[in-house]
Parts: sequence; structure tokens; C-alpha cells
Amino acid sequence: MKEFAYRRATDLRDALIAGSTGARYLGGGTNLVDLMKSGVEAPDRLVDVRWLPLAGIRETPDGGLLIGATTTNSDLAAHPGVRRRYPALSQAVLAGASGQLRNMATVGGNLLQRTRCGYFADPSYACNKRLPGSGCPAIAGQHHNHAVLGWSPHCAATHPSDMAVALVAFDAIVRYETLDGGGEIPLEEFYPPVGDTPQRETALPPGALITAVVLPGSAVSPRSRYRKVRERASYAFATVSVAVGLDGDGGSARIALGGVASRPWRARTAESSLLAGPPTADGFRAAADAELSAARPLPGNGYKVTLARNLIVAVLEEVHA
Amino acid sequence: MTDDHRSGISLRVNGVTHRLTVDNRTTLLDALREDLGRTGPKKGCDHGQCGACTVLLDGRRVVSCLTLAVAAEGAEVTTIEGVEHPLQAAFVAHDGFQCGFCTSGQICSAVGMLAEHAAGWPSAVTADVSPDTPPPTLDAAEVRERLSGNLCRCGAYPAIVRAVIEVAG
Amino acid sequence: MNTANGAVGTARPRIEGKAKVTGAARYAADVPMPDLLAGSVVLSTVSRGRIRGVDVSAVRDMPGVVGVIDHTNAPRLNPKAGGFFGPDGQLRLLQDAVVPFAGWPVALVVAETPEQARAAADALPVTYDEEPHDTAFTADHPAGRPALTIFDEPVDVGDVEAGLAASAVVVQERYRTPEEHCSAMEPHSATVWWEGERLEAIDSNQGPFTIAATLAALFSLSLDRVRVRTEQVGGGFGSKGLCGPQLILAAMAALRFRRPVRVTLTRAQVFLATAMRPATDQLIRIGADADGRLRAIWHEPAFEISPLAEYIEGCTELTKTLYAAPAIRTNLTAVPLDILPPGSMRGPGAVPGSFALESAMDELAERLDLDPLELRLRNEPPVGPVSGLPFSSRNLVACLREGARRFGWDTRDRRPRLRRDGALLIGTGLAATSFSVGAFPSSASMTAEPDGTFTVAIGATDLGTGARTALTAIAADALAVGIDLIRLKISDSALGPAWPAGGSRGTTSWAWAIAEAAAKLREQDRRGTVTVDTGQSLGDLPSLERHAYSAVFAEVGVDPATGEVRVRRLLGMFAVGRVVNPLTARSQVVGGMIGGLSMALHEEGVRDPVSGRHVNADFAGYHIASHADVPDIEADFVPDYEPGIPLGIKGAGEIGNVGTAAAIANAVWHATGVRQRSLPIRLDRVLEA
Ligand SMILES: Cc1cc2nc3c(=O)[nH]c(=O)nc-3n(C[C@H](O)[C@H](O)[C@H](O)COP(=O)(O)OP(=O)(O)OC[C@H]3O[C@@H](n4cnc5c(N)ncnc54)[C@H](O)[C@@H]3O)c2cc1C
Ligand code: SF4
Ligand code: FES
Ligand code: FES
Repeated sequence: MKEFAYRRATDLRDALIAGSTGARYLGGGTNLVDLMKSGVEAPDRLVDVRWLPLAGIRETPDGGLLIGATTTNSDLAAHPGVRRRYPALSQAVLAGASGQLRNMATVGGNLLQRTRCGYFADPSYACNKRLPGSGCPAIAGQHHNHAVLGWSPHCAATHPSDMAVALVAFDAIVRYETLDGGGEIPLEEFYPPVGDTPQRETALPPGALITAVVLPGSAVSPRSRYRKVRERASYAFATVSVAVGLDGDGGSARIALGGVASRPWRARTAESSLLAGPPTADGFRAAADAELSAARPLPGNGYKVTLARNLIVAVLEEVHA
Repeated sequence: MTDDHRSGISLRVNGVTHRLTVDNRTTLLDALREDLGRTGPKKGCDHGQCGACTVLLDGRRVVSCLTLAVAAEGAEVTTIEGVEHPLQAAFVAHDGFQCGFCTSGQICSAVGMLAEHAAGWPSAVTADVSPDTPPPTLDAAEVRERLSGNLCRCGAYPAIVRAVIEVAG
Repeated sequence: MNTANGAVGTARPRIEGKAKVTGAARYAADVPMPDLLAGSVVLSTVSRGRIRGVDVSAVRDMPGVVGVIDHTNAPRLNPKAGGFFGPDGQLRLLQDAVVPFAGWPVALVVAETPEQARAAADALPVTYDEEPHDTAFTADHPAGRPALTIFDEPVDVGDVEAGLAASAVVVQERYRTPEEHCSAMEPHSATVWWEGERLEAIDSNQGPFTIAATLAALFSLSLDRVRVRTEQVGGGFGSKGLCGPQLILAAMAALRFRRPVRVTLTRAQVFLATAMRPATDQLIRIGADADGRLRAIWHEPAFEISPLAEYIEGCTELTKTLYAAPAIRTNLTAVPLDILPPGSMRGPGAVPGSFALESAMDELAERLDLDPLELRLRNEPPVGPVSGLPFSSRNLVACLREGARRFGWDTRDRRPRLRRDGALLIGTGLAATSFSVGAFPSSASMTAEPDGTFTVAIGATDLGTGARTALTAIAADALAVGIDLIRLKISDSALGPAWPAGGSRGTTSWAWAIAEAAAKLREQDRRGTVTVDTGQSLGDLPSLERHAYSAVFAEVGVDPATGEVRVRRLLGMFAVGRVVNPLTARSQVVGGMIGGLSMALHEEGVRDPVSGRHVNADFAGYHIASHADVPDIEADFVPDYEPGIPLGIKGAGEIGNVGTAAAIANAVWHATGVRQRSLPIRLDRVLEA
């Protein structure tokens, strides 16, 4: 690991000044420190943002929730408001990592965690995401756990967050600050398409600090469910996951997939297909097929298409039961 | 190394305050092991993937290998050396270990986990996470899920689960 | 032998239990050492080639750096040093520019602190002239050639072709197992320093005496100038049987810098540079009469090796002894590739071999429409089917019957895909196993101390097997004194030659020496000191078929929509001779079964097809079973006794691993109706559209 300077930020401006001049924000460190050890990240300066007054979850006037960016994953999952209004979010967070890591990891850091592509994590390999233009060994090599939707010939990595899958299903909005003022980005637009710039992972302006994630009241969905399939029963990243939430009277569903794309994948096509008919097993299958008709699996990961389809159907059946 | 790259910190470890200067790169695990001689926490992977380095930080279980020592400045750290808990005798009685390398992490993790459960936290196997239903009892499935961040290659899992359930009562 | 006071056979918590639950137990990397330097290893990133240059100037001035050792300046090592299989090329670190595999150590960076050493090691520019490599294992690889025949040699009894031709039913299938990594939780660590003219080392290994002997040979020192001690060892499973790179490199650095040096491998380096189980591809043909009597077994495994070091993955050991068949043919093919030299991993040979054999037996039962348990019972051999030797003790049937009773096997409907629990398909399966038993020469000494205690010294190690606790009980009974009077000294090469912890022969070998020493001490009225070596008495042991046995039963739930397999029940009945300590012995076999479960469902080293290198060399990519994967496991012992071996013990270190993978694979077939002939049983292999 390269040497670096470290500072605790105690006020927002202080943090933003550092951030705008190239310092990296440190949340729980569970991803950043990990990647610094592997030499994938090599910041000169870290600004620890956990002492900023950003932690905590508040109810918003529209019946939604505002989740502070430094709220830990465990506090988020345990929060009664989350568990009551957006249970799939609590389930998604609980399905991620381990008890220890969830106690450390923050909401902001979770959204910005980097892919788990094995080539990306090992600087002795080429990788377009880590070293733009160097090539993508995964597409010609091991891509068992790579994307089947929305990837490009430049990168087929998936986004590893479970939390983000539930958040995107619930229309979450990311709030950020910069020295030039703040802004909001819907999570669905937060992760840009891969294209030929896999190194560009978010729509955040340079130096921006995530301050909160807002869940709108319109997305409250007590009948929601997150299900994650992985290669062991716990403590493993998703192979494929799905978040499903039923709205109000159950007439419409919100669906998102994890483990299939460079971003948490909002399954809009499936959602509109469901609107076309009654909630039956056939309808669920048609919706899943409609969504996955866009899938372009690599030679080694076609199973993910079947898995995603089966999961959508199974979880829809579960929430409708 | 310039001064920018080092920090003077204070850590309260098992009730004793230590002042030390650390390389900012030093993890809490290395500070405990190399600087403070607290070698109970183990380095099984150094990447958050095994749980052997688990300690309690201000009462919550964390992996000390991904915690920078400088970022833990001012915190109260409990390592296995500072744990006095009925779990320890239960581990011995049930033979909840073989080589023992994962054991300090398993026990610290279980101590933290029992507190989390007592606080009503659900887990990934809790059927209904709603706060309006009674919290889950700590059965084998709950214990297994909640302790899954602690790998044990010797395969002491069943005995560990028995020990934890016995203590959880 | 007097065992009147009965320490042997009594469940007793581990002697070092308290130390392990309070953090007091010290492992190799925990030992404080003044003036310590840290060494950080640099591994090659190409699969084959030559080192063009190591640019030491780029790191020499980095903070804390003391020096770099590479092939241009490393001490010369004795090329004849080796082990069981003769001279061993993988020990000859930093001797030339040749890179035989990715993960080969190419330099050691030494600095004042571990952070500094690591930073400089990461920054050290090493350039290579790459050469074409071959890391793709296939059974019909043109480089394949017969394996060495030191053990598990090929056999050909009866007329296999005729037997198969005359069979009513023949199963002919291939079974595949991937590269698997021992993955002990403690990464290999060594601390080496000079004490005058003596090289002192604290190292995590499976047998300090053999390691010291290898180290002495490598550095051309006499054995009395090398002392290797282990502290507590955080698991080995085979990977700590060799003189590891951590020790050789730390010894080089201690020699060079004349200060104590500690080298601890990173987790990735443990994956890349310490022993793995080779991939296997095994063709089996089994033929039987319509009533299930075997006519012929033909088992042809291929496995990968490295040209650097001979090794035998003895997959056909079980095939030669488990079932009565008038014709048995085996032959092993070794395929040399540019890979990390494979070595012994818990249950070497037997584990992949039994996956093939016991899966094939299940397929045979299916095609015969016979209960797989009954198939085993019909093929109990009266004598070794290949050797013709009598069995010393054979309690497989007892394991099968008692296991079946406890598991509720007799109500099983053997047709597949009939049981459901909600969306899950439920199935059950079994496997029978054996594991060869024996002992190797060891020395031990015993001293009656003036205070009435007895010091028992033996170069054993305790990797978590419970050896300390077991040997204390054995010594107490052998001397007919209470266990509190025994002071056991182990883990030190200076205690004399002893077989390492491995081959399930640690406890038997050490117990033998302790029993002999005790007998001798009792002859002299428990006074003074005695030293024994069991070489002689071991030679007198009659040649018989000597094996431990087990039967493993598994129940799985399979979600056909996701392909997820979960083991719901696992039961093992074991015949492992006299059980010294039921508490720790049960932990041993349960741990082994969990290793087998992990192998069945999770473990797989994955290589990049282009570079030939590992892409999952960490615990997030190479999955081993976690708490959530493991159900409560029932394991118990049938009465058993090994004649001719003191106390009648057999060793229980590895048999738990054997059989479990096949039992689970057979249960998955019973649940789904689809055979899983390649491990691990990944969800994409099970998933149904
Ligand atoms: C072994 C292991 C298993 C895991 N398993 C899972 C899993 O199954 N599912 C899953 O979803 N995740 C998993 N994770 C990932 C884990 O959830 C993330 O590492 C974690 O959420 C990141 O949060 P953090 O606060 O620690 O981020 P950090 O590591 O502190 O930061 C990550 C990134 O976010 C930036 N950052 C942090 N906070 C802010 C902010 N407020 N504003 C702007 N930028 C910010 C940092 O600069 C850095 O680039 C696992 C991690 C490990 C180590
Ligand atoms: S898939 Fe993306 S992250 Fe992985 S190697 Fe290719 S470019 Fe890099
Ligand atoms: S050493 Fe920290 S999790 Fe493995
Ligand atoms: S007891 Fe050895 S790893 Fe858990």
C-alpha cells in the first residue's frame, strides 16, 4: 500500500475542499482500504467522512425516508421505518457481506463500491475499468459471474451491491454536495451505461460527497421482498438477485435485478408487461421473458438468464401469495 | 515518511488507554498485533473475507483488518484478550474449535452478535423483518447466518453453533 | 498394556482449550521477537518463462527497505534436497531465472516493518521473457504418462474385459474434480534467526523434524545446526507438510542480514504458492451381475502434476480394497503442466477417488434397480480383492447398518425426484469409504522427574487434531498414572525424529513410540530416562489389509429454479479403531465431513484460460463452506480395534473428508434425477429452465 495522509472531516465544507482537490472520502473503508491493499486504489489523501453529521434516518413529509450517507449498513437494516415501509431494502442489506462488515460499511460507500471482477482486483492483469484502454481479459476469459445485460465489449463487470438493487426498485434518489452546490440524481440514472468508458462509474460530479439517499413516500411497499442467489448460503456476493415490491393495492410491481449488469437493473420492461394482465404465473413468466429478451449472455454465463427469469417468477409468486 | 503519513492516536484496548504513533497505512489489526502485542486477533486473509480478525469497536463487531488504526482513534477496542464471557467455557466444553485460529474471531463475533440480537436486529434468514412482529429466536439457522462472517476451515461449525445456542439460552 | 485408569476412551476437552478461547494461544506469527525484520514475498505473474530483470534500484531507497533477495544474489541451495518423492524442485527457490509457474517466488523484499516490506514488494519491478505455457488439464493430454508407482501402483487382477463383457449392467462414466486448495485459516509464517552457529526457526508446519531435516539439507548444514519449532498451528490439511517458501526465504534473509526475519504469506500467496489438490479426471467402468455382484472394476484416473516435483494423487487406493470383484484394473496417469506443484490435501487420492468410485456405485445401483446400501453389502470381500491379504479388522458393514438405522434409510424410496418440501426437491444418498491405516517410525523419550511427574517428549505437532490431548492420555494410561502427572513436550525438531502430522498416521505413529517408551520406563520402575525408536517394532507388524471405514449419509434440498443445493442432514458412522478421545475425535471426523461438503458444493480453483493464472485466489472468490452451509452433523463410532497397533487405534484425521462428496452428489441425483459427475455441484450445473 502506498503512503497517504489521513484526516477526519468535522464539517462539510472542510470535507468538500479536500474532496475537490483530490482527496478520497473514507466511509467504513471496507472497499477502499481493501483495494488500497491490493494496489487497485492508491489515494494520496483520505478524508474520513464518518464524523460529519450525516448519519441517521429521518422520516420525510411525503411518508418516505431520508437516509444519511454515513449511516451504517447495520443501522439501516435494523431501522424500524425501513423494515416497515421498505422491507426488501432491509433484506437486501442483510443479505450482503457479513455482520462485521455491515457494522462498518456506510450507505455512501456501498453505492460506490467497485466491481468484484477478479481481473479488476488484481493489478497484474489488464482491465479497461482499472486501466482504460488496456483490454478486458474477462470477456475472453473467466466471466462466469459477469453481466448478461447492458454490458459492452469494453467491460462486462457487474455492480456488486445488494442494497442498491432494493434502492433502485424503490426509486431512490442520491443527494450530494460539491463546493459549487448540491444536487440530486435518481439512482436509476446514477450509474451510466458502460459504453467505451467503463472507468466512469457514476454520474456524480468530481469531488462530490454523497450526503443522503432519499426514498420517496410513493414507493412505500410493505409487500416487498429481496431474494439473493449465490454460490454459498451466506457471505458471498450475488450471482443473481431480485427485489420486488408491490405498490399499494398490489396492482403494479416494482422489480430490480442484481448481479446481471454494471448497475442495479431496474426491470421496467417486466413491470409494464405485468400491468397488461392479471397477476398469474403465466403473466409472471411473460414479464420475466420480456425483460430478459434483451439479455446477451457471454459463452460462460448463459445460466444467469435462466436464473434471473426463474427468480423473477418465484419472487413475484411469493409477494402475491 | 513525512509527518503527513503518520498519526499520533490513542486507543483504549481492553480498558487500557494506549498512545501510539502509527503509519497511516497500519490497520487496527496490525496495530493491535505488532504495536500493542495483542495477538489474539488473527490475520487469516487481511481482506475482510474470513472474520479471524474480528474485534469489538465501541461494542460493535468489526473486522480489524479493514479498519485503519488511525480511523479508530479514540475508540474503545475489545479484543479476545479482554473478553470475559460464558461463551468461552461453552466453546471449550463443546469443542467449538480445533486449530483455534478462527476462535478469537468466532467468539468476538458471537459476543457482538448476541448484543445485536438482543437489540432486536433481524437477519437474512428472519422470515419477516417487520418491527411489528416479535424478534426471531436465536435458533440454529439464525446463529449460522449471523456468524457466517467467520470462516472455520477445521469445520468446528456445528459445535460452535451448539455452544452459542447454549449460552444464548 | 495397562489402561486401567482409562484416560484413553474418555471425552476430555483440549488441554490448550483455555488458551485458545482467551487469545493466549500463540501461533507462529504471534511470537514476539526483538530486532525483527519483515520479509515480503514477490510471486511471478507469468505462467512460464524467464526473469529478465528485477529492478532493485526502484525500491532500494524506499522507507525501511533493508534489501532484496532474488536469483542473482540468493544463497545457493543444495539441489538434492527433497522429501518423500526425492529431490524436490519446488524447494529450490531463487536459484535461477526460470519461472516454472505463476505464483513461483521470484524475490523477497526485506524491510524494518511489514507495511514497508509489503509496499516495496508491491513496487518491485520484475520483468519476464514469457514463454508459451500449458495449464489446461485434460485426461488425454499428450504429455500424460504413467504416475510413479511408489504407492497406488497399477494393478490388473482377473480379466477385466471379460468381466465387463459378461456383466448384465455396466456403468462407464467420467468423474471430474477441480483444483482445490487446503486453505488452512493460518497463513504460513516463519521466523528465522541465528543463534550462534545454529539456525533457529519458528514455523507453522505439520512436522518440525522433517522440516528441519529438509532445511538442513537445503542449506547444507548438519542437522544439529538447525532447529525448527512450531507453536500452535492454525491448520495444515496437507499444505504445511513441505518445507514452505516462507521458511526457506526467511532462512535466506536471516543468513544474509544476520537479524531475525519473519516471512508471512498473504492469503493470495497461500493460494498461489502452497500445495493444492490436483484436478482429476477419472474414467470408471464397473460391471455387475443382475443380482448386483460385481464382476469387474476398471478405474483410470488422470491428475495433473508439475515437472518440478513428483507427486501421486492415489485415486485408486479404495478401488483395490473396498469391494469384492474378481477382476480389478487400475492405472494412474500424471499430466505435467506449468502449474503450482500439486501435493497432499486432506485425504489425498482417496477423496477424489472415492467421489468417482462411490458415484459410480450409486449409478450401478440405479441401473440395477437395487438399494445402494444393499449393493455394498453384496460385495463385501472376504480378503483383500487385489492383495489377497486378510483384513486386520473390517467394520464397514457395521458402519453401513448402524448409519442406515440412525438415518432412517430403510424407508427410502429409491426412485429419484419424488420428494418435495415446498418448492424444494429432496433427496438422500450414501457413500462407503475406507482409508488406509498404519504407522511410521518415530522416536520418543520419557523422563521420571523428581517431583513425580513424567516428561514425555516427542517431535509431534498439533494442527488442531487434538494430538496434545490424545498423547497426554495415551502416555498416562501407558504409564498407569493420572493425566495430571504427564508433561508433554511436542512441536520441536530437537525432540528427535518423528513422523509428521499427515497421512492419518500422526497419532498412531506417536502413540506407538510413547507406548514403547512407557513400557521401557516401567521396566526400570518408572525411574530415569528412556528413549525409543519404533523403527524395529514397526517392521514386525504383519502385512495385512489395514483400513479405517466409514459410511456417510446425506440429505439435500435442491431448488430447481435456482440450482441451489443445501445439505439438510449429514450423518457419518466411523470405524477408526479405538477412539482415544471421543470429543476431539468427533470434531475431527465432523470437520472432515464439512471439508467434503465444501468440496461437493463450493470449492474450485479457477484459472484464466489465456494467462493460465488463478483468478480466484482469495476467500471471496474461492469459497469454502460457511456456517450457513453446514447443518448439524451427526457422527459416531462403531466399536473397532486395530490389532497389532498399540491401543488399537487407527487415526481419524482424513477419513471424514472421504465419501462425503459422493454421498451429497448421490443425494442430488436422488432429489433431481440428474447425475452430477463434476465437482463442485455449482448452481449453474443444477439449474433447470
Ligand atoms: C468480504 C466482503 C464481502 C462483501 N459482500 C457483499 C455483499 O454480499 N453484498 C454487498 O452489497 N456488498 C458486499 N460487500 C461490500 C460492502 O458492502 C462494501 O464494501 C461497503 O458497503 C462499502 O461501504 P464503505 O462505507 O465501507 O465504503 P468505503 O470503502 O469507505 O468507500 C467505498 C467508496 O466510496 C467512496 N465514498 C464513501 N463514502 C462516500 C460518500 N459519502 N460520498 C462519496 N463517496 C464516498 C469512497 O471514496 C470509496 O471510493 C462485501 C465486502 C467485503 C469486504
Ligand atoms: S469485465 Fe470490466 S472490470 Fe472485469 S476485466 Fe473486463 S474491463 Fe476489467
Ligand atoms: S483477517 Fe480480517 S477478515 Fe480475514
Ligand atoms: S478451529 Fe481451525 S479454523 Fe476454526
